[in-house]
This record gives sequence, structure tokens and C-alpha cells, in this order.
Amino acid sequence: MAYINCEDLTLGYDGIPVAEHIHFEVNKGDYLCVVGENGAGKSTMIKTLLHLMSPLSGELVTGDGLMPYEIGYLPQQTVVQRDFPASVGEIVLSGTLSKCGNKPFYGTEEKEIAKKNMKKMNVFDLRKKCYRNLSGGQQQRVLLARALCATSKLLLLDEPVTGLDPKVTVEFYEMIKDLNKEGITIIMVSHDISATVEYASHILHIDKGNSFFGTKEEYLQSDKGKIFCRMGGGTDE
Amino acid sequence: MSDVIQQLQFYLEYPFVRYALIVGTLIALCSSLLGVTLVLKRFSFIGDGLSHVAFGAMAVATIFNMSNDTILVMPITVICAILLLRTGQNTQIKGDAAIAMLSVSSLAIGYLVLNIFSTSANISGDVCSTLFGSTSILTLTKADVWLCVILSVAVVVLFCLFYNRIFAVTFDENFAKATGVKANVYNTLIAVVTAIIIVLAMNLVGSLLISALVIFPALSAMRMIQNFKGVVICSAVISVICALTGMIISILCSTPVGSTIVAADMVVFFISCGIGRLKKC
Repeated sequence: MAYINCEDLTLGYDGIPVAEHIHFEVNKGDYLCVVGENGAGKSTMIKTLLHLMSPLSGELVTGDGLMPYEIGYLPQQTVVQRDFPASVGEIVLSGTLSKCGNKPFYGTEEKEIAKKNMKKMNVFDLRKKCYRNLSGGQQQRVLLARALCATSKLLLLDEPVTGLDPKVTVEFYEMIKDLNKEGITIIMVSHDISATVEYASHILHIDKGNSFFGTKEEYLQSDKGKIFCRMGGGTDE
Repeated sequence: MSDVIQQLQFYLEYPFVRYALIVGTLIALCSSLLGVTLVLKRFSFIGDGLSHVAFGAMAVATIFNMSNDTILVMPITVICAILLLRTGQNTQIKGDAAIAMLSVSSLAIGYLVLNIFSTSANISGDVCSTLFGSTSILTLTKADVWLCVILSVAVVVLFCLFYNRIFAVTFDENFAKATGVKANVYNTLIAVVTAIIIVLAMNLVGSLLISALVIFPALSAMRMIQNFKGVVICSAVISVICALTGMIISILCSTPVGSTIVAADMVVFFISCGIGRLKKC
């Protein structure tokens, strides 16, 4: 049984399909990259995976001990967050909220989880600092620590390197690779085709009615993969 | 100086002055707590919109000669608040436009209704006191005060209990939803509490100036402090101090209560901007 199994999924808004006939599965330890042009339905895919919206048709089944709410999500940064007066500690701790159940406040256990993940992501020394004064790379690590507080199984990254400089980008990818090696399953939505090809184990290429899913090797052999790689990540950049 | 204190003591002997101070402080406290969330969720204007809705509802209540208009005003405002926060997400009319539309419509209808079915001789006086809250804070009855105390305590308790969840929903609604926090429930809660505070605050500063009570303390605190808990506490302190100072000045110098409080808030805002600058250097 896979963590996530999708059968003939149709994604869309208000009854209008954006992408159809999507099949894929994510197993424990996979590193899945989701690629596709703008408007192909990548964002819709994320929202569906996070249960923020339901698919128009088809099914998304979670299994192998993965609860529907055990997905750690690293969002694209929004404007609101950039000027939010919150300390790093507060943000990371908020990731443990789902573990609180009906308790109104955080307990020792939650604080320990937050501390552990802050240390892991190397932001423990920044815990008293204000999030908005951090650099882009540091902010991304803070959000990653929060996501790790919510889950130890599956991370969903939404274009995580947007706005990061090349050096930080490489560091970030290496960090994700290490997490993956520790056994955390990764789903990453990305424009960065070179990184996708380098790090991913599986690739899902969303394209209207004719999406591709397979291992990286299969993708590189497919027509779609060849064209996409030659364009360097799509026509939208 | 002793003159001033004596004069203050003289005024404090009157129960209505004491009531005004109690109610004013409580309202200032509640509105500042909510203010931080509303400002950060980009809903600063919601106070303004809802207060105009409350004004319209109050006008309707007046023509029906209702003795206690809160019964009508409160539910209408709460419903509008829920609708406004709901529509913020995915509709054709975006959040700010919806608020602007609702606010001017209810203002217009309120004034229109008051004019057509006028029951008192001094319409413009009535309207002015509802808009700027010039006198109603001093005419509170004991029942009003108790209602205000109970609702304020409820607001503070709710806010403390759900503080962590409110933080999560304000900071990143999608992440909160994805980890199983029922964000919509908390959004609705925020809307309802906002509406309650606004109806209460109409007595204090009138419907035109409520936004100031909601946003100023939060903005001042955000200039100086860099974490959420600190901002919430600081804005509560600022708000209470400003409300008390404003009310005392207005009693001593017989200035309008609402505008004096807002002026005090404004002064504190500029001071905190200065402090924020200095901190950065």
C-alpha cells in the first residue's frame, strides 16, 4: 500500500477541469517532482493533496499509516507573511498544533519537537529573532522546520527555491536530499528542471489530458521529458 | 496639579463616570486583542464597515422605538461580519470592495430611514451622537455595564483559549488547514467576536471612529515589537492606557470622548514609530 495513490484524478475549479486522467502513487522514501507549465494545474494539485479542495472526479487515497493531515507543507511565501511580527520560535511551534488535539496550549512534548526541528534546520539560535528580518534562505529553513513539526513522513514543497540565490538554492536542495535519505518522503513542485532531474526519483508531469508519471529514467526517455528538458523547464519562465 | 486630582475625584463620585471608565477600558482591551489579527489578516477596514452596518441597524431599531436596540443591532452585525469574512476568499466582489459597498449602503440607508420616519425633533443631533459617540458613553445604565463586562470577559477568555490557533490561522491559513486546524471555524469565531466588540464600542467612540480603536494599538505595537505575543500584549496595554487617558482628558476638559481617545491613540502611534526607528539604528 502506497502513502498516496491517485486513480484517474480530474482537477479543476468550479466544475471546469484543468487537468484530467492523472495517475500516480507515492511510496515511502520517494522523491517525487511535479512539473508542468503555468496553468497546467500544479497549484490545484497541491491544494488537492492538502485537502484544501476536492478533486472533480477520481480518488486520492492515503495509506501505509499516513493520515490525511500528516503532510508537512512548505508554502510559497505570501505577502502577509513577509511583514508578520512573529518570532521564529512561535512559527515553528505552530507546526505542532495538530499534535495538541483539543488542548488549548502547547505542552512540553510539543515544545521539544519544535526545539529538535529548529536544531535540525539550524535555526535554533534565531528562535528569538523576528521572521521578517531573516534572509530568504533562513526564512525557508524556518518554514521547513515548521513543516517537519507537523509530520515526520511526507513533505510537500511548493516551488521552494523561488527568490533564493544560486548558492542558497543548492544548499536547500542538499538539505532536502538529506531529509529524503532519512526516510522522509518528498513531493516537490518545481520549475527548476535541472534540479528535478538531478534529485528526483519519480516525476509527475501534469499536462491537460495527457500527464506523465514514472521514474526519472523513464521520464528522460519519454518524448515529453525530452522536449521539456530541452526547453529548460517550460515555456513560462 | 492637585486641582486636577480634586476635580477628578469630584467627577468619580458620579456612578455614570465610573461606568464610562470601566466600559471604556474593557472595550479598548477587547478591540486591541482582535485588532492585531484583523490588521495582519488585512481586514483593517472591517471595523469601519461593520460599524456602519451597526449604525444602519440602530437607525432601524430607533424607528421601531425599541427600548433596547442591542437585540436587533447585535445579530445583524454578527451576520454581516460572517458574510464579509466568508466572501473574503473566493467571490466576484473582493473583500475590500465588499466591505466598502456594505458600509456606505448601510450608512445611507440608516440616515435615510432616520429622516423619513423621524421620531425626534433633533435628527442631526441623534445622527451625530451615533456617529461620534458623543454622549452615549455617559448615559449607560447598570444593565449596559454588566452586559459589557460579561461580553468582554467572554472575548478575553475565548482569545486566550484559542490564542495558538488564532496565531496559526492568521500566520498561514493554508498550512493550518493542511495540518487539520479547522480554519473556517476560527475565521467565523473572529468575525463574530469582531462584531460583538464593534457593537459594544459604538457606545464609546461612535461608529465612525471604531476603526481607530481596532487598528491603532496594533499598528503602534507592531512598530516596536517583533514577536506575536509581545505585539498582542503591548497593543492591549497601549489601548487601555490611551482609552483611560482619553476619557480622563475628555472629562476634565469636556472634549468629545471618542475623538479624544483616538487622538491619544494617534499620538502614541507617532511615538512608537519614533521608538521603532531608534531601535533599528
